[in-house]
Amino acid sequence: MSVPFAERHIGTDHAAQAAMLEVLGYDSVTALVEAAVPASIHAHSLGDGSLIPQPATEREVIAELRTLAARNSVKRSMIGLGYYDTITPAVIKRNVFENPSWYTAYTPYQPEISQGRLEALINFQTMVAELTGLTTSNASMLDESTAVVEGMLLARRASKSTSPVFVVDADALPQTKALLATRARAVGIDLVELDLATLAPADLPAAFGVFLQYPGASGHVWNPGEIIAAAHDAGALAVVAADLLALTLITSPGELGADVAVGTSQRFGVPMGFGGPHAGYMAVRKGLERQLPGRLVGVSVDAVGNRAYRLSLQAREQHIRREKATSNICTAQVLLAVMAGMYAVYHGPDGLVRIARRVNGWAQDLAAILTAGGLTLVHQDFFDTVTVRLPGRARAAAEQAHERGYLLHVVDDDTLSISVDETTTAAELMQVAEALDARPDGDARYSPQSSLPSELNRTSEFLTHPVFNTHRSETSMMRYLKRLADSDYALDRGMIPLGSCTMKLNAVTEMEAVSWPEFAGLHPFAPHADVQGYLELIDQLETWLTEVTGYDTVSLQPNAGSQGELAGLLAIRGYHHSRGDVGRTVCLIPSSAHGTNAASAVLAGMRVVVVACDELGNVDLDDLRAKIAEHSSALAALMVTYPSTHGVYEHDIVDICRLVHEAGGQVYVDGANLNAVLGFARFGEFGGDVSHLNLHKTFCIPHGGGGPGVGPVAAKSHLAPFLPGHPFAQKIEHPASSGGTVVHGGGAVSAAPYGSSSILPISWAYVRLMGSEGLKEATGAAVLAANYVATRLRGHFPVLYSGENGLVAHECILDLRPLREATGVTVDDVAKRLIDYGFHAPTMSFPVAGTLMVEPTESEDLVEIDRFIDAMIAIKIEAELVASGEWPADDNPLVNSPHTAQSIAQGEWSHPYDRERAVFPVTSLIAHKYWPPVRRIDQAYGDRNLFCACPPPEAFE
Amino acid sequence: MTDYSALKFTSEHEWIRLEPAAPGSPTTATIGITSYAAGQLGDVVFVDLPEVGAELADGAVVGEIESTKSVGELFAPLTGIVIEKNSAVEDAPELVNSDPFGEGWLIKAEFTALPELLSFDEYQALLGDDALSVDLDGTDFDGADSDGSTETDRAGA
Repeated sequence: MSVPFAERHIGTDHAAQAAMLEVLGYDSVTALVEAAVPASIHAHSLGDGSLIPQPATEREVIAELRTLAARNSVKRSMIGLGYYDTITPAVIKRNVFENPSWYTAYTPYQPEISQGRLEALINFQTMVAELTGLTTSNASMLDESTAVVEGMLLARRASKSTSPVFVVDADALPQTKALLATRARAVGIDLVELDLATLAPADLPAAFGVFLQYPGASGHVWNPGEIIAAAHDAGALAVVAADLLALTLITSPGELGADVAVGTSQRFGVPMGFGGPHAGYMAVRKGLERQLPGRLVGVSVDAVGNRAYRLSLQAREQHIRREKATSNICTAQVLLAVMAGMYAVYHGPDGLVRIARRVNGWAQDLAAILTAGGLTLVHQDFFDTVTVRLPGRARAAAEQAHERGYLLHVVDDDTLSISVDETTTAAELMQVAEALDARPDGDARYSPQSSLPSELNRTSEFLTHPVFNTHRSETSMMRYLKRLADSDYALDRGMIPLGSCTMKLNAVTEMEAVSWPEFAGLHPFAPHADVQGYLELIDQLETWLTEVTGYDTVSLQPNAGSQGELAGLLAIRGYHHSRGDVGRTVCLIPSSAHGTNAASAVLAGMRVVVVACDELGNVDLDDLRAKIAEHSSALAALMVTYPSTHGVYEHDIVDICRLVHEAGGQVYVDGANLNAVLGFARFGEFGGDVSHLNLHKTFCIPHGGGGPGVGPVAAKSHLAPFLPGHPFAQKIEHPASSGGTVVHGGGAVSAAPYGSSSILPISWAYVRLMGSEGLKEATGAAVLAANYVATRLRGHFPVLYSGENGLVAHECILDLRPLREATGVTVDDVAKRLIDYGFHAPTMSFPVAGTLMVEPTESEDLVEIDRFIDAMIAIKIEAELVASGEWPADDNPLVNSPHTAQSIAQGEWSHPYDRERAVFPVTSLIAHKYWPPVRRIDQAYGDRNLFCACPPPEAFE
Repeated sequence: MTDYSALKFTSEHEWIRLEPAAPGSPTTATIGITSYAAGQLGDVVFVDLPEVGAELADGAVVGEIESTKSVGELFAPLTGIVIEKNSAVEDAPELVNSDPFGEGWLIKAEFTALPELLSFDEYQALLGDDALSVDLDGTDFDGADSDGSTETDRAGA
């Protein structure tokens, strides 16, 4: 008899919970949560009506996933369109993709304990910048199509042209065109599609930006230099989506004059995964760095002058600049960017060129076979994709190929395109030729000549840095990955009590299926018949998510929380427009909201109006009424987080929703904090019209060091017609909670119809393992842990906000401002000193400056929670020693933290505290110590001396 | 040593030094942010200043001052035309922290209309408990909440 999974997932057992409840003075966890959650929103029990099945064991869940996997049919995809089969080097699969040291890490906001993945990301940035021939690359974008959208928005910010026009190449990826349409419409940009390959440069219309695909979706490679020059002459920026593998052979966009390059790094060793996750990229020329969206890793120095990595120019980002941010993107695709960067590290420049030549060689061979077989090619200049004319029989030929196990792209009734990749073989080409009824005489053979225009031969060097030229043996690669992983603090070391981030267990059983070929090996546009297992899993997960949220339907397409927000707001916009309410553009957002809310609202074409919060941290109802009255006929929506970003269950949420509805607005409930209500309250029941969830918070998808994420959008049925659709969706119907189906008819927000599909089995498995009761128990344990921390620490640090009965939700804000006033010790000092105690700091200064927000989650056990509490109390005592004058304000264990091994070993020890105090403040650390690799990092130096690529080796001497 | 009584201030924590102009010529103003504002922002890493010739409309946002953790907006404290911007501060934004009333000045403008501005005493009163008496030279002013602020601090507001 195996132990129920809930007992593995939840860290506190019955005895521990009893001890914690005693501290809090409650009889049971349920009594505690019901005292904290306002009675007005308690969920109705669904009892036997629940759509979520009884919990299964880990073994049973794996068996069920195997059954679903068996219903997927992995054909040989030659569809292309931005997704290619690739060989993930096994050393990267085992040591990164399947390694909790990488996948359970958090976003590197605490750079001192994130040097490993920051180095991996700077490898990625260097790779992208050098291959694209541009100065600075970020790390990373969500997928290629959203990266193109971001490129369009960047061009509009940076261009001096007043034109509302963005020119789009006719040979752009179809899914990219769909996203551009969705996003341009919302912000008043006019798209003009032109065949740029044949357009006379002088005929380019006035525009703020020009976008072209290089090579084109059809495979066509042509020199866009003149078009780019003409764009510049007109004051427009040139945005080029480029294939990184092709760029090893052809002239880079930067050398052709492009201002911005975007794309995907999927084919650098990241499985297609039925659409994702993969790392998109964006690189810009010099002068546009501050316009970059998303995260940017840079080089700085630590307190003793050693080189150290950190996130740069954060003031561009949504968490600081809110509605004025360069983008709403927050979670990126760190784990996948790490993999793609390591693919380049492992293969090196020569290896990448070899792979590219091989791919190009197979494409030429395919072209030769088809031509010899009497078929006509649409383009003679191509890299990996051959487009061929089959008048009147393209669909039939594709069907023939499908029967033989090959997927080709039907461009139209008369045209097919066929893409080859790293895994292509001669036998495959012969079979495809047969399917097309092109019967060649000889066998396929690898051709050494080039099918690329000689004027575009790449002559510039790339990836010359030693990191791309050192790790050729598997031993060397394994040790490099281990060294980087050892630099970082992830959940495999200890608690990461980050408020609003829900760093809970990512169980191995949940992760297992992600790399199975039946889930990893599918192209996102594979036909319906081949992806039955996926579609069934997706339907089930959508159904379960409707049940726990109280909504009618769910879309899993958004591939991050930010995209879920955008999709939800676009649905609201579509709903208002469908009723003729085109003037409803005001989005009310409480001052306490996460900055992403405001940034998303702007991208949905809305105007942000801030609603004040009262001194208890709740929405100020009087101000809400005033703002509603002021904007009544223009009111589109209220975005409110529940429980609030202050970690409190707002008592008045039902009234808040009612007031907005009475004024004709829609209520968007941000589901970032769903882990505090799951099983106890439902957004859709207490007044929400639409929400996004974060599967990477509440539903166990690992944070991956800053992505992947999945941000499904859940809505009431009146918004269903405006939820994301997709031109390549295998089906447009989605299950409705009431039974039957609804159609999602809005515009696409992700490149793939189901977003980051390959990680959906993680959340599916979590719900399947826990069942309704288990999910509810998890919520209870999370709320219990947060209240236990709040209660035990309240005497040492004020808990800033609490709700009913003095209780918090699943997190609590510790106010460190009084400590600073009394002792001079800052929130930074405490956060960095926690590293010396073996902890990742809680969320710093959000949502209130000078505070720490602690979210222990249900997965931590009481020993670890107590260890954290004891560390906080010990640090408080250290701060008091500073205040009392025992230690000077400028030389004490707090301001000097974190302490590296080098810092206690090197030279004279001249500090007024001893070495042992520095690195072993508690004795338990002697046996088990995490050593940070660098001292405190100078944030300002890095921003003033921006450098975002691999530093030369001598910089480390 | 700065003579603060010679400066005018705004409630957006900017200072203005009016230059005694020759009779008949337009009057010029040198504009910067106060040590209080610089302290609130934290380590300034980038300034975005209006170009020479740009028109200033009293109260409009004309530039940005960015620190590692927040962004402050530069509001035009008067109506006029930019005649010079401090390129030294563009190259070395840390001057805004190290010498906000001196080397860290931001722009010079010819003004056509001067709104009502605050005297030093009035500005001190506005700051209340946070008055600049902490360190009037502003060389190492340590703002109350400059650490880890993730909020968009308008230049000091």
